[in-house]
Amino acid sequence: MYKIVSKRVLNPTVTMMDIYAPLVAKNAEAGQFIILRVDKDGERIPLTVAGYDRTAGTVKIIFQIVGGTTMLLNAKKEGEFIEDFVGPLGCAAKTDGIKKVCIVGGGVGCAIALPVAQKFHELGCEVHSIIGFRNKDLLILEEEFKACSDKLTVMTDDGSYGRQGVVTMPLKEAIEAGENYDEVITIGPLIMMKFVVATTKPYGVPTTVSMNPIMIDGTGMCGGCRLTVGGKTKFACVDGPDFDGFEVDFDEAMARSNAYAEFEQRAREKNCNLLKGAN
Amino acid sequence: MAIQPKKHEMPTQPASVRARNFEEVALGYTEEIAVAEAQRCLNCKNKPCVEGCPVNVAIPDFISKVKTGDFEGAYQVISESSSLPAVCGRVCPQETQCESKCTVGIKFEPVGIGRLERFVADWHNTHFKGELALPKPNGRKVAVVGSGPSGLTCAGDLAKKGYKVTVFEALHLAGGVLVYGIPEFRLPKEIVEKEVETLKKYGVDVETNVVIGKTLTVDELFEDGYEAVFIGSGAGLPRFMGIKGEGLKGVYSANEFLTRANLMKAYQSNSQTPILRAKSVAVVGGGNVAMDAARTALRLGADSVRIIYRRSMEELPARKEEVEHAEEEGVKFDILRNPVEIIGYNNAEDRRDPKNGTVVGVKVIKCELGEPDEKGRRRPVEVEGSEYVIDVDCIIMAIGTSPNPLIKNTTAGLEVNRHGGIIVEESTGKTSKEGVYAGGDAVTGAATVILAMGAGKTAAKAIDTYLSKK
Repeated sequence: MYKIVSKRVLNPTVTMMDIYAPLVAKNAEAGQFIILRVDKDGERIPLTVAGYDRTAGTVKIIFQIVGGTTMLLNAKKEGEFIEDFVGPLGCAAKTDGIKKVCIVGGGVGCAIALPVAQKFHELGCEVHSIIGFRNKDLLILEEEFKACSDKLTVMTDDGSYGRQGVVTMPLKEAIEAGENYDEVITIGPLIMMKFVVATTKPYGVPTTVSMNPIMIDGTGMCGGCRLTVGGKTKFACVDGPDFDGFEVDFDEAMARSNAYAEFEQRAREKNCNLLKGAN
Repeated sequence: MAIQPKKHEMPTQPASVRARNFEEVALGYTEEIAVAEAQRCLNCKNKPCVEGCPVNVAIPDFISKVKTGDFEGAYQVISESSSLPAVCGRVCPQETQCESKCTVGIKFEPVGIGRLERFVADWHNTHFKGELALPKPNGRKVAVVGSGPSGLTCAGDLAKKGYKVTVFEALHLAGGVLVYGIPEFRLPKEIVEKEVETLKKYGVDVETNVVIGKTLTVDELFEDGYEAVFIGSGAGLPRFMGIKGEGLKGVYSANEFLTRANLMKAYQSNSQTPILRAKSVAVVGGGNVAMDAARTALRLGADSVRIIYRRSMEELPARKEEVEHAEEEGVKFDILRNPVEIIGYNNAEDRRDPKNGTVVGVKVIKCELGEPDEKGRRRPVEVEGSEYVIDVDCIIMAIGTSPNPLIKNTTAGLEVNRHGGIIVEESTGKTSKEGVYAGGDAVTGAATVILAMGAGKTAAKAIDTYLSKK
C-alpha cells in the first residue's frame, strides 16, 4: 500500500498527488513513468512522473480525470492509500548536447512537460515553453513553468487567457524568427503532437514526442503499448516513452488509443454513479 | 495380475460445458482411481522415469506410497525434489518427459505419472493440517528476481536451507507466468497462491511492485546486503511477425491477451480491465501459449476460434493433452498456413468512423513441408499464389518472445548471447558476474515451467555451495 501524502486540485479535471514510494523516488528521472492500481482488482494505468522528492521519498503524479480509474483515484483523500505503485519505468528524457530547447505542452501533458523543462533549466539550457489549454479554467502550472523558462507563451483555444490559438502558431513563428532550437520536445494529446511534428519537420528541427499508449505491465512483457516508429515495432514502455517525432506513425497510435473507448465510457458512468452514491 | 493397458482416464468437465467457463477442465483422480492407477507401476529396477524428470522426482517411490494409500507419504517423497507439485502435475509435458521413459509404456500406455502427482499434491493441500518443519536461519541474504517457476523453486530450496530469501516481483502479484500466462481453467490461481503462501511460511519475503533493472539494480541488491542474486525474470518481449497490419486494433500478443484475461481477470464481468470480446479469432502459433490463448478466446464468447500454424499437426510443439482439449472444445486447426497480412477496416468516406483501424481479416498463404531444419523439424515452404483471406475480428500472436533488456542494460559484467539470453554455466546457473545466477526463460528463451524449475533448483544448489565457501 502506498500513502497519498498530499493532494491538490489543479483545476476541475486535473489533480496532483504526492505518493510515498521511496524506492521509486530514489531512482526516478524526468521523462519516466509509473504504473498504479487504485484498489485490489483495479486496472493498471501508467502515469508520467511529474516530480519527485528523494529525501521525502515521494513521487508526484498529475492526472486528468478521464476514465473510471482516474475517477476512483481522484476520490481518494490525503492520508489514504492506493494499492500498487511501481516504477520508475521507461527511459529518462535525453538531455545530451542540448543547449536550447522548446518545450511544447498541451493540457494535462503540461504536467509531464514541466519536470523535463525543469531538468533542462537546472542543466543551464535556454528553455522556451509553450503551453496550451482549451480555456482559462483548465490552465495549470503557469507559475512553475515561469520559474524554469526563459520565455513562456500561454495559449488558449478560446482566448480566455494568454494568446488565442493553438501551440503550433508561436512555435512556427519562433522557428521562422530564427530561434535555433537544438530540440523541440512535445507532450500532450496525440493530435497536438502530430501537428507539432508537422510544424517542425519542414524546418528540420529535431523533435521528440512523449507517447502515452495503453499499457498493462510496463516492463516489456505484454506488447500492448507497441507503436510503429520508423517502420519498426517499438514498445513505449521499454524503448520509450520518448521517440523521434518524425518517425512515429501517429495515425496508427491514434486508432490504437481508442481501442477500448466504449468500455471506458461504461466504466466512467459506472464509477460516476458509484461515487455519487457514496457522497 | 495383467496390467491394464490404458491409463485411468482423467475425469474432466464435458467439452461443451467447459468451453464456456473458466473453471478447471480436469477434475483430478479420486482416491480409488489414484490407487488403481498406481497399481499399473511395475516399480521396475532401473527407474527410467526419474531420468526423464528435469527435477528427478523419485517417481516409483511416491507411486509405491500411493499404492498403499499413504498419500501424505507420497507427497513428502515428491516435495523432496519439487517445490511446486500441484503446478507440475498440471502443466508439465509428461508425455515427453517421465512418461515417455516409462517401462509400461513400451507395450501399453505409460503410467499416468502426471495425474498421480497432481492427485497427491491436491490431497496434501486439502488434508494436511500439520506444521511445517522450519529450518534454522543461517542469517545470510539471497535475492531472487522474478516470482515465476524458476524463482519460486530457487527461493524455496534456499529457504529450506536456512537462507533469508527475498523475491522481487515486477507485477502486483506473485507467480509470474503461472498467474499472468497460464489460464485459470488449466491452473487455478488458488493453487499458485497456496504454493506462494507455503514459501512465505518458510520465511521467504515477496516484494511485489519492484522491477529489478528499474526500481533497483542488481548492484544495489548487493549493496543492500544480499550475498547472491538469482535472476529468473522470464522471457520478456513478445515477438510479432513484422507483417502489415500488426498495429491494428484487435491484434494482441498472446502475453497481452492472456494477461488481461488471467492476471487482470478481464473475463469476470466486474473487471476494470477491458478485453476485446471477439466473435471470430485466429491465434498464430502452435505452442502451449497458443492453445491457452485459443481456449481463452472461446471462453470469452467467440463463435469461432482457429489456430494458424505453418507446419502440420505432428510438429505442433504444444502438450498433447492441450491440443486434444482444444480440439474437443471446438478450436479449429488451420495447419500449413502462414499469415502474410492483417487486413483492417477503412472507411475512406468517414475518417472518424470508430471502426477504422480494426481487424476484419487475415490473409494467409498455404505451406508445404520441405527439408528438415537444424532442429530436425521440417521447414515450411510457402506455396506461391495460394493466398486467401479469412474473416476474423481478432488476431493473437503466439509466436514466442525475445529476452527482456531491462536487467542486461543495467547490470555491468552480465554477459548475454546474441539472442539476448543470459549466458550461464549449465551445471550451476552461474553467470559471468560474481554472485549472480540465472535460470528459466531469461536464459533459454521461452520453454516450459518444469525446465525453469529445474534451473531454479540447480542454481539454488550452486548458490548454497558458493556461499558456504565464502
